[in-house]
Amino acid sequence: MSSTDLAELVRDDRALTPLYTDADIFDEEMDRIFKNTWVWVAHSSDVATANTFKTSHVGREPVIVTRDKDGKIHTLLNRCRHRAASVCEKRRGKASVFVCPYHGWSYDPNGRLRKVPHKAGYPEDFDTEEFGLVTLRTEEYNGLIFATFRPDIEPLAEFLGPARKWIDLFMKQGGGYPVKVLGEHRFRFPGNWKIQLENTTDAYHFPIVHKTFLDSLDAEAENVFDVLGQGGWVEDLGNGHSVMVMIPDLIDLDDNLDAPIPQRFEALAKELANEGYSDDQVRKVVRAVGGTGFNLNLFPNVACSMAFFRVLRPVEVDETEITHVAIGMDGGPAAANRMRLRLHEHFQGPMGFGTPDDAEGWERVQRGARAGHDQWIMLNRGVSAPEGRAEPGHNAGDVSAETGMRAAYQMWKRMMTA
Amino acid sequence: MITMTEPRPAVMTTAPTLDEAIAFIWAEADMLDRLDYKAWLSLWTDEGRYIIPTERSVDDYDDRLNVVNDDAEMRAARVKRLLSGFSMSSAPPARTVRTVSRFVPQAGDDGALTLRAAQILAEYKYERMRILAADIDYRIVCGAEGLKIDRKIVTLVNCDDFLHGIGYLL
Repeated sequence: MSSTDLAELVRDDRALTPLYTDADIFDEEMDRIFKNTWVWVAHSSDVATANTFKTSHVGREPVIVTRDKDGKIHTLLNRCRHRAASVCEKRRGKASVFVCPYHGWSYDPNGRLRKVPHKAGYPEDFDTEEFGLVTLRTEEYNGLIFATFRPDIEPLAEFLGPARKWIDLFMKQGGGYPVKVLGEHRFRFPGNWKIQLENTTDAYHFPIVHKTFLDSLDAEAENVFDVLGQGGWVEDLGNGHSVMVMIPDLIDLDDNLDAPIPQRFEALAKELANEGYSDDQVRKVVRAVGGTGFNLNLFPNVACSMAFFRVLRPVEVDETEITHVAIGMDGGPAAANRMRLRLHEHFQGPMGFGTPDDAEGWERVQRGARAGHDQWIMLNRGVSAPEGRAEPGHNAGDVSAETGMRAAYQMWKRMMTA
Repeated sequence: MITMTEPRPAVMTTAPTLDEAIAFIWAEADMLDRLDYKAWLSLWTDEGRYIIPTERSVDDYDDRLNVVNDDAEMRAARVKRLLSGFSMSSAPPARTVRTVSRFVPQAGDDGALTLRAAQILAEYKYERMRILAADIDYRIVCGAEGLKIDRKIVTLVNCDDFLHGIGYLL
């Protein structure tokens, strides 16, 4: 499909249905987007110490994210340079060497080819330096590790731009401790990856799809999660990134530490006090334990979503894998991390009070998109506040505006027609 | 909502026989396939824990991420949600048919029978059939009101890989 044809599929306030359903467009996306930008692969705590690794993906390509003995992080294609067998099939772990199970070629965590069995069979000028695992450019910002196939695009920090401020705010939920991955929920839904990308910046669905979650909260918490009623907004942060502020009071977790402890955290506060934490520490941890009040959507594959990372992986045009990464406080109080785990389980995951309804909704979008290929996906909610935040007295740019989706689709268009 | 682990009081009852426990587990499976969730709630001890882990070979569930880690309060909230009619994944849920078999009694403690079993469940929705296979560990006690589930741990064979949204109970 030509760039002109692709350009016609996305307008300022709408996108055409084949963006969800056309396998050729999907193939183009995997090349033009996922092989041409920064893609999230891991959190630094996934590879916390020397010789640890985590397997991940950049677009459709399986990779291993490693930390070598000198502490440097690498992203390596998970394929032996000999005859392509995968060299690692574990989700995560510790390894000082990756040995291909087929003919025994072995690689260091930095990708270097260490040893080739029965090397005599190769020409004398066989140079192991030429046959290391293919290494992607890898950079980190505040614990978020991204990789790219492109050696020549802008540095990660520049790509993130104004999103960096929100990443820094998000990481305050460590409550004074570094943020650490506590576990992962993974699930797939039969639908296009962009349906999920949209959803992380969609407050409009929340009170409808998540009514049963809201009903399961105490009255005070239910008010906190009244996400449409708190003066929130959505901002386009450039490069397809956006932030959706749902609970303005929870933007900066270092603020309002003197506020009364919410009812649902009272038992935790008491437990921490009994364990000897100072009142200041208790307040900081308790304010952080529920996460932030915003979703930061980073194009194309990760969101810092209130209290967890939401990672998407396109599998097929109509199949997407989602990972909800539970995070906590590295070295923080065990009771606080346990509370974070229970809060995460409450909403997220295949049987949470929220996720199954999201997944069903996304599947329904894909099913509905079988009809009307000439129809538009409408993204025009709040379009009269193009800068994101509405002027006083104007409600078009409120938290339910589709500003973040428009930002993502404009980046899609830019990359797909470049 | 469970926030912390408290020591569990000892349950002083007579242990059920293996045959009694199997009949009870089959009745539970039938209840779940029929969505008779309110009756299902009454099958549990007050301290009973319903757990679906995200990792295999785990013994400490409270310090790990689970798919489900429910005490009585969370079970009741979950059943309320599933029956509310307002959750699109469970109104209606996928239809399910499950069998539980391959029962192996474990070394039990006083007043309880601990056993493991295999569960094969087929779910159907939207032109699609999925199979979910799981090892289940039960702790069944026998109290004044008959048999009760004191612990049920459903470890899916692929619990550490991707799953799908599940709008019913395992």
